[in-house]
Amino acid sequence: MSGPLLEVTGLHKSFEKHHVLKGIDFSVERGERVAIIGGSGSGKSTFLRCLNFMETLSKGTITLDGQRIGTTGSNGTITYPERQLCDVRERLGMVFQQFNLFPHMTVLQNVMEGLVTVKKLSKERARDIAIRELAKVGLAEKHDAWPSRLSGGQQQRVAIARALSMEPEVLLFDEPTSSLDPELVGEVLRVIRDLADEGRTMLLVTHELGFAYHFATKVIFLADGVFHEVGTPDEVLKNPKQAKTQEFLRRFGEFAF
Amino acid sequence: MNYTIDFSLVTDNWIVLWRGVVVTLQLWIPAIVLGLTGGFFIAQLRLSKRRLLSAPSLVYVELFRDTPVLIQLIWFFYAFPALIGTQLSPFVAALMALALNTSAYSAELFRGGITSIHRGQMEAAKAIGMSQAQAMRRVILPQVIKRMLPALTNRVIEVAKMSSLASVLSVHELMYQGRLLSATYYRPFEILTAVAFIYFMLIYPGTFLAGRLEKHLARSN
Ligand SMILES: Nc1ncnc2c1ncn2[C@@H]1O[C@H](COP(=O)(O)OP(=O)(O)OP(=O)(O)O)[C@@H](O)[C@H]1O
Ligand SMILES: [Mg+2]
Repeated sequence: MSGPLLEVTGLHKSFEKHHVLKGIDFSVERGERVAIIGGSGSGKSTFLRCLNFMETLSKGTITLDGQRIGTTGSNGTITYPERQLCDVRERLGMVFQQFNLFPHMTVLQNVMEGLVTVKKLSKERARDIAIRELAKVGLAEKHDAWPSRLSGGQQQRVAIARALSMEPEVLLFDEPTSSLDPELVGEVLRVIRDLADEGRTMLLVTHELGFAYHFATKVIFLADGVFHEVGTPDEVLKNPKQAKTQEFLRRFGEFAF
Repeated sequence: MNYTIDFSLVTDNWIVLWRGVVVTLQLWIPAIVLGLTGGFFIAQLRLSKRRLLSAPSLVYVELFRDTPVLIQLIWFFYAFPALIGTQLSPFVAALMALALNTSAYSAELFRGGITSIHRGQMEAAKAIGMSQAQAMRRVILPQVIKRMLPALTNRVIEVAKMSSLASVLSVHELMYQGRLLSATYYRPFEILTAVAFIYFMLIYPGTFLAGRLEKHLARSN
């Protein structure tokens, strides 16, 4: 019936003279789970951050559910009205490597914040939803805790609940486990796997290749500013065709499938 | 050495001092409110990437920080007639000088506070769909104020004390009233002691409450 949920065409991103993304065309269907892998500094975070306009695109367009983001002026320049960007970001939930919980709010307040301030729900409604989302990530008993008292894994699960509370159509994860102690990685990955089972549309930047293999419906290897290789987990992670992909995987050594 | 200390003239003239207290509050509170609000916006300019905005605000901040307040007060009183031909009342001139001076100092406090908040906080706020203004109000400012609180308290105290300088412009605030009484009765010791005590009573409750607030905010640490 409808086209892809998210569509990217001709995306370029430069920081000053540093040309990081060099023309990316890409689309995500509803229910797809995309894992993005690539070397450090290859632009994985930048790509994800362009999708919800944390970075301004240097060139290219992004279409969300058939609606092209940005307004083209008479002279062809594209502007991005704040209202529209807020709307896009509300629809694309993001989870950061560093969690970025609001330290001056309790766990429950963190999850309620977007509902009250952005969605303008009543405190009671927001509370109910927040409680439900926190239960989903297994933190029902931590409502009144301050973020500073939680382990990294717990903080990241609150951050996921905070993103989920807004009922986003797509979830963006930027290395959600790479600043966690190894023994805390599992609890966060379990939550992400539960989300996958719900059929959510997700993009995940990760170095956990084993997890990516099981999680993803599509894997992308980002190198030299382009999508160097795209395919199913089996194609990209087990039988890569490109020499660069093979070399990247070899450097990662064995990973458990 | 037969000076007898006599506070009765302080109590007899309490109404004179009380009028001074009212004017001091009329200088102090608006100067704080206007100064902090102005300081917040000047900090936004200081943080702007556009030199056209950040450079003038830097000059503004430095001009106020690097000249004596007393001169600023007098300057506002005399500058307006000289520059645009209208005379400000002494009270308005004093209030302007105090408010602008406060805005310059607090701009630096806000700027330091805002830059010390990790940029991930702004991003996390935006990621759930907040506008720049919402993120500022709900996420950044509460953390900035928590961090700024000790310095902010100092500033508020400083302004209360600075307001006594307005007496040189004959603004009838507490200090002026005190000087008036001591000139009239030649009893500077009693009267200035009383004036100092009143300043203390005005300022101390504020610092006490600020201390409590600091403790309250520290619970999330
Ligand atoms: N705000 C910025 N200003 C200037 N350069 C930047 C900025 N953000 C990223 N870069 C540069 O862009 C390149 C890509 O960065 P990015 O963070 O997207 O890489 P990454 O693939 O996520 O790396 P990692 O695996 O280390 O997280 C890097 O060379 C980085 O230095
Ligand atoms: Mg990254």
